[in-house]
Amino acid sequence: MAIVAKPSKLGTFGRPVLAWTVGLLFFFPIFWMVLTSFKTDADAVKPEHLIFFQPTLENYLNMTENYDYWRFARNSVITAVMATLFTLFVGIPCAYAMAFNPSRATKDVLMWMLSTKMLPAAAVLYPMTFLTKSAGLFDTHFLIILVLSLINLPIVVWMLFTYFKEIPKDIIEAGKMDGVNTWGEIREILIPLAWGGIAATALLCFIFCWNEAYWTVRLTTTNAATLSKLIEGNRAPEGLFFGRLSAVSAAAVGPIVVLGWFCQKQLVQGLTFGAVK
Amino acid sequence: MGRIVLKSVTKSFGDVEVIPPLDLTIEEGEFAVFVGPSGCGKSTLLRMIAGLEDLSSGSIEIDGQDATQVPPAKRGLAMVFQSYALYPHMSVRKNIGFPLRMAKMAPAKVTARVETAAKSLNLMDYLDRKPADLSGGQRQRVAIGRAIVREPAAFLFDEPLSNLDAALRVGMRLEIGELHERLQTTMIYVTHDQVEAMTMANKIVVLRAGVIEQVGSPLELYHRPRNTFVAGFIGSPKMNLISGTQAQKYDAATIGIRPEHIDVSMTEGSWEGYVGVAEHLGSDTFLHVHGSGVSEMITVRISGDISVNQGDTIYLTPQSDQLHRFDAQGTRIP
Ligand SMILES: Nc1ncnc2c1ncn2[C@@H]1O[C@H](COP(=O)(O)OP(=O)(O)O)[C@@H](O)[C@H]1O
Ligand SMILES: [Mg+2]
Repeated sequence: MAIVAKPSKLGTFGRPVLAWTVGLLFFFPIFWMVLTSFKTDADAVKPEHLIFFQPTLENYLNMTENYDYWRFARNSVITAVMATLFTLFVGIPCAYAMAFNPSRATKDVLMWMLSTKMLPAAAVLYPMTFLTKSAGLFDTHFLIILVLSLINLPIVVWMLFTYFKEIPKDIIEAGKMDGVNTWGEIREILIPLAWGGIAATALLCFIFCWNEAYWTVRLTTTNAATLSKLIEGNRAPEGLFFGRLSAVSAAAVGPIVVLGWFCQKQLVQGLTFGAVK
Repeated sequence: MGRIVLKSVTKSFGDVEVIPPLDLTIEEGEFAVFVGPSGCGKSTLLRMIAGLEDLSSGSIEIDGQDATQVPPAKRGLAMVFQSYALYPHMSVRKNIGFPLRMAKMAPAKVTARVETAAKSLNLMDYLDRKPADLSGGQRQRVAIGRAIVREPAAFLFDEPLSNLDAALRVGMRLEIGELHERLQTTMIYVTHDQVEAMTMANKIVVLRAGVIEQVGSPLELYHRPRNTFVAGFIGSPKMNLISGTQAQKYDAATIGIRPEHIDVSMTEGSWEGYVGVAEHLGSDTFLHVHGSGVSEMITVRISGDISVNQGDTIYLTPQSDQLHRFDAQGTRIP
């Protein structure tokens, strides 16, 4: 963007148009999904009822009655919150150490952590299923929290590391001179100073946890099943019940969309690693 | 309290040796200034004393105790950083009281000490402000306040005045000097500014590339610089260093004469030259003289104002008792 020195006519008019087009394009599926969730299953597949139809709450009412929506929702909240807390609990000291007491290996460790994200999840599906089953952890909250934490730790440490790097080293050293131990330093100086960055990281981590589907679907049956599992479960046995499926999906993404709406600023900051102020 | 001894201290960053083996003793109550050009290792040395930087080898003793492995907080030293390093999220009151709170001092006692410090530093009106709402000089005072409340064994200053404008710098220089007078606590002060060194120090340590070139009182360094580096570094304007035939007349490879130790005459003298630039400051006049017998340009400082102009022929005579002689290695000839 910086390459364009002077905003051209195309820039001043074209860019908003482009932005709106892309925005609507991304928004449309969600809009359609929410719309469909208010149609009966029969209406949902009829083209003549694409826009005009008799809205009904039937799908939503059925959902709480038949599928126990709240149990899935509760599991999603528990696993996402706990995993986010655990990730921060491990990630903050880790990023602190790497930002302020770097060793020769710090750069390599960071790269290695990121490289674990490149491992195809499918490659470890069978070992994971087998191991968790034989360890008796299959379909437990503990397992899902652990898996979600491990998946997100690399990105969380990276994000925190970039935020911590922005804190002047002098301030951390002043703390050391003033007699603070490591935990005190993290509590009294680091966390208050990097609060915005930590919040953005936590938010993003929470969203990633909430949206995770690969492992939550495969490592749960009922006990620890999250909303991802609920959507997945509605697809298979019921066939073409689009109205119902849309309602389940809307109810699953709803909370996170609302959260995202209220925290837009932090989210953008988080996704751009603080580059946009 | 506050005697610091460095024994064969060295520091390398990777393969680069920044401080070759170095020995130094700073006596109790002394105001020691480390001075030297940028990058010569002053900050590194100070940070090693503070404990913020590990030693590559050697040891540090504080008040007779080996402190080499002691973490910074346990050394009983306080540091004032060039960037002030105040905690931006805390008020002035919280900043100053922070080390005391960390030491688990009773809140009432903390308040009392913070207010005493704030009073002595004229910060009473700013106690509830955040650092961002203070001027540079006020921030510096807060940083000093945070250091003094702890009643440390010694204060470490790393170029504390270099972010201030010239007028404030002079004022703060005096304040720090007064603070030392009042507390009589050991202070180690790092600067690249030889004027700060000369005006504040009891003991100046001149460093070049991690090596101590000379240790002494300001006047010792002024009157008896051990080599050409110290001779050129201490004093303003700089000492004139002249080599060649004029130096040989004095049996030296290089001779040095300070601008204020040269007599000027319009009619006769040792060296003839003409005036390149004349700077009239009122109290002093600086003449930059190009000589016929001397290849170097010579700076002369004359007290008061004299009427000379560019191009005037002039005769210079160095005061022989103020002449410094150096051998080919640049070392002083006694
Ligand atoms: N953390 C570090 N890693 C590598 N080199 C360093 C580090 N800190 C300082 N140096 C080098 O050590 C030398 C001395 O630095 P410093 O003590 O900051 O000098 P001064 O304070 O006298 O300007 C410089 O050449 C600097 O580049
Ligand atoms: Mg320095």
